[in-house]
Parts: sequence; structure tokens; C-alpha cells
Amino acid sequence: MTEHQRLELLRAIETEPLVDHAELAVRLGVEAGEVGAELASLEEAGVIKGYRALIDWDRLQTGAVHAFVDVHVNPEAEAGFDAIARRIARFEEVHSLHLVSGGRDLLVVVRGQDFKEVALFVAEKLAPIQGVTRTTTSFVLRTYKTEGTALLSATEDTRLAIAP
Amino acid sequence: MNPTSPPTGRISRVVADLAPSAIRRFFDLVAQTEGVISLGVGEPDFATPWSFSSAAIGSLEAGRTTYTSNQGLLSLRRGIVAHIQRLYDLLYDPTDEVLVTIGVSEGLDIACRALLNPGDEVVIVEPCFVSYQAAVRLAHAVPVPVATHAADAFNPRAADVAAAITPRTRAIMVCSPSNPTGAVYSRACLEGIARLAAAHDLLVLSDEIYDQLYYGTEGHTCFAALPGMRERTIYFNGFSKAYAMTGWRIGYACGPADIIAAMTKIHQYTVMCAPTASQEAALEALRRGEPRVAEMVRSYDQRRRLLVDGFNRLGLDCFEPLGAFYTFPSVARTGLSDEEFCERLLVERKVATVPGSAFGACGAGHIRATYATGLPQLREALERIERFLQSL
Repeated sequence: MTEHQRLELLRAIETEPLVDHAELAVRLGVEAGEVGAELASLEEAGVIKGYRALIDWDRLQTGAVHAFVDVHVNPEAEAGFDAIARRIARFEEVHSLHLVSGGRDLLVVVRGQDFKEVALFVAEKLAPIQGVTRTTTSFVLRTYKTEGTALLSATEDTRLAIAP
Repeated sequence: MNPTSPPTGRISRVVADLAPSAIRRFFDLVAQTEGVISLGVGEPDFATPWSFSSAAIGSLEAGRTTYTSNQGLLSLRRGIVAHIQRLYDLLYDPTDEVLVTIGVSEGLDIACRALLNPGDEVVIVEPCFVSYQAAVRLAHAVPVPVATHAADAFNPRAADVAAAITPRTRAIMVCSPSNPTGAVYSRACLEGIARLAAAHDLLVLSDEIYDQLYYGTEGHTCFAALPGMRERTIYFNGFSKAYAMTGWRIGYACGPADIIAAMTKIHQYTVMCAPTASQEAALEALRRGEPRVAEMVRSYDQRRRLLVDGFNRLGLDCFEPLGAFYTFPSVARTGLSDEEFCERLLVERKVATVPGSAFGACGAGHIRATYATGLPQLREALERIERFLQSL
């Protein structure tokens, strides 16, 4: 598989994890067995971490609540931000965690069943962590676009059915 | 007397004799059918990348709603020139060798009107886009078709082109990558045409609207960049296909200054200038469109393989098209004509395709099916075609 084909494979699998491997082989112009073998080796190498569904939780009554939490920290002398990031990442409530540029140090996405659960997690677990100096919590009220996919109503195909 | 029947003879002979596009009939048929999956469109399924649209909206908000220069915004012409130079190492002067048109269609029309005298002949490689013959006829000239064949991957043979040239021939029209076949003419094939053009002192109208939708490894050959061809070539391109901007109607023509000046004369008397907001969107497409085009090309390439593989698997022989977003499989094996095949496939299984003969007599026995549609639709269309073939 060429580097170009490998990138195309990853791009495809990122948006269509359930795609039929035989079809993907045709689309990439490789032998039928190559897709499975390449995916296995990319999983082995840790490039592919998993396969997931993209869910619009807002469409359910009992969805999940997400909050973006800005975290300011005093980095440690030796370990910098990594040690404190590791401590934060251990919590199951932490959905994602990034070291970012700008007015705060860490951007933490916290996920919970409801607002109270998330707020209490920040107050009782995140804020007291040694080195954390300040937190600001922004609850997600509505998601318009995520992972490159707009969650608004789909746009119609307005093209003429036959055109030169 | 029937009050709705118009008086005869008031339409010019050349227009009255012009056959309506053969695609039209299918369009009407599709319009009456629900639940059709269309492989019949000649435009991208992608929406115009939003940064292009927002550039146009910005220009409207800034009040730039007046005419531009007849030739188009100088900034856009400069952008076009830089784009061509980067791709093909071919340099045009933005002040007098570039004209921004209402799509390539207008460019071809005014080029024919600017160049042809009544009775002149234009050699047209077929199958081809439906407007070529019409553009030549409307200029009171005579189209002379040259057939191509699946066995040659729809590349024209030099001998066939040579045989079509007469003392009245003024120009050759080519389109590579091709609508409707998706064929890309090899460099050797284009060099053969270049030699004939030089030997017979002919102009070449080269429609390269699909140049960026190319899936081969050797790169697109720009006809005007071939040795000695810049002076006798009009290079047509535009934003409709690669940038997913069909409705914006922006094309351009580049060529020798005397020809561009003559075309500009007609352009200024008929359309004045291309729409200003559309030109702004096109400029943004040149400035920031590259990554979006690359994404679309990668997507088309996968769908192309899927559709070609599907047709071949179903026994509809399909050569590998290396450009545009069309496949052109043969339906000869079914015993149906291309028109019967398309009509029955549409009525019985609700998949719209276009008969190959709509694009010239040598397209008969083939259908044009586009892969400018989503993967789920392509999968479903192939399943429907399979059931259709089983029912024959």
C-alpha cells in the first residue's frame, strides 16, 4: 500500500468505520485482503485507537451533558504540564484534555449525565487538584457541528436530475 | 386556426434546424418519476466551499454590485494567469490575453462567432459536450465530427482527424479530460493533433474544464503548453467543475490577444461582463480553494473506482476513465440500444443515466453515468442496475 493509499484508508475509516472492506479495497485500488491487513497493522502501531459512532445526543431525552472547562495551572518544575494533565486525564468524567495556547493552560471537556453532576465534578474533583489555580466552566447548550459534521438538518440535493 | 400555434418562418433557419439537446427528453422523463437515483448530472454533488460563497456575500455587503471591466476583474484575471503559470508553466498577459466568461459555454460560443465565417468547418472530436455542435452551427459554420472508440480509450486517432480536415477547416475542438467519456487524451495523441494543426494552419479550441479532476499519474497535458501551440490555441477553463461552482457561471478563455479582443467585442455587446459577485467568489476559489479541490478529487477518485468496478462486475464493459467525473460503459451486451437501456432503467428501476448517443453518433451503445454523487447512492444505483440486468 502506498503512503497516499494509507492516508486515504485512514480518511475513509475515520468517517465510515463500518465500511465494507472489499468495497474499500476497490475504492483505493488495492487487493481485497490488503485493507484488513493494513488496518490491523495500523491498530497494532497505535495509529488507529478505535472505531466510533457519531451521535447527536441532543436528539435524545436523556443524553449526555458536556462542558468545556478552562483550567489554569502552575506547571511543576520538572514535569511541566504533563504530570498535572495525567492526574486530570485519569478521571472517567474527562472526555478530552488538551494543552492549549491563549489565556488558559488546559482545555478539559467534561462529560456527565446532567449539569449538576458536571458542575460538582469540577468543584469537587478538578478544582482541588494540586497545581490547579482557577477553572471556568462553559456548558454546551447545543452542538451545531462536531467532528467536521454539521448536526443541523441535512441540505437537499437541488441539482437537476439530468444535466449536460 | 389553432390560436396557440405560432406563425411559421419567424425563427431563423439555423435555430429552427438546431436539434434540441437529446438530454432534454430524459430530463422530462425523470421529472415525472419519484425516488430516482440520478447518475445523470453533469455537476458536482458537493456544495460550493463556504469560503468562496462568503467572499461573494462579503462583496455584496461591501456594495460591489456594479459592472466590472468587460474582460472581468483584473485581480481575477491576474489570479487565473498565475494559476495557469503554476500548473503548466504557460504565461498569459492578464491585460489582453484573458477573458472572464459566463462559463465555458459562453466562451465557446463567442469564440466560434469571433472566428468562423459561414461555411467554415470545425472538426469536433466526439462524443462531446452537447453544445459544441450547436455553437458551431449558430456561427453559420459546419461541424465535422470525428468518431472515437472504446478500444482506443476514446482517444482520437490522428488519421481520423486528418481525414476530417478539408480546405474549409478552420479549427479543431478538443476536450480532455472528456465529457461524456471521462477519457484523458494521451500526450502523444494531443501532439498528433498539434502537428495537424500546425501543418494545416488551424486553430485549436481546447476545453480543459476538467483539468484538475484527473486521476492518472502523468499529469494533465495542457494543449496550449505544447510546443508551438500557444499562438494557435484558445484555452477554455472555468470554476464550475473542480471548485463545485456550476451555478456561479464563471469560466475564462485565454489565447492570442487578437482573438481575445475579438471575443471581448461580442462579450461586451451580449453580456457586458460576468456577474461581479461570482467573480469575487472565483477569486477566493483561486486564493484558498486548493485544499478543497484536493479533498473533492480524492473523493471522486474512490467513487470512480467503485463505479467502474461495479459496471465491469455486472458485465457492462467500462474502460477506466482517468478524468472528469464520468464513466462511459458499454451496454451493447444487453442487446438494447443506449436509449432503450436508459429509458427502461429509469422507468423500471429508477436510475437516471444519459444515452451515449446524446453526445454524438459514436457514443451509441454506451451510457454516461456520473460518479459525482454520494457513495450510498452509488451503491444503491449499482444494486438497482444489477436487478435490472437480471430482469432482461
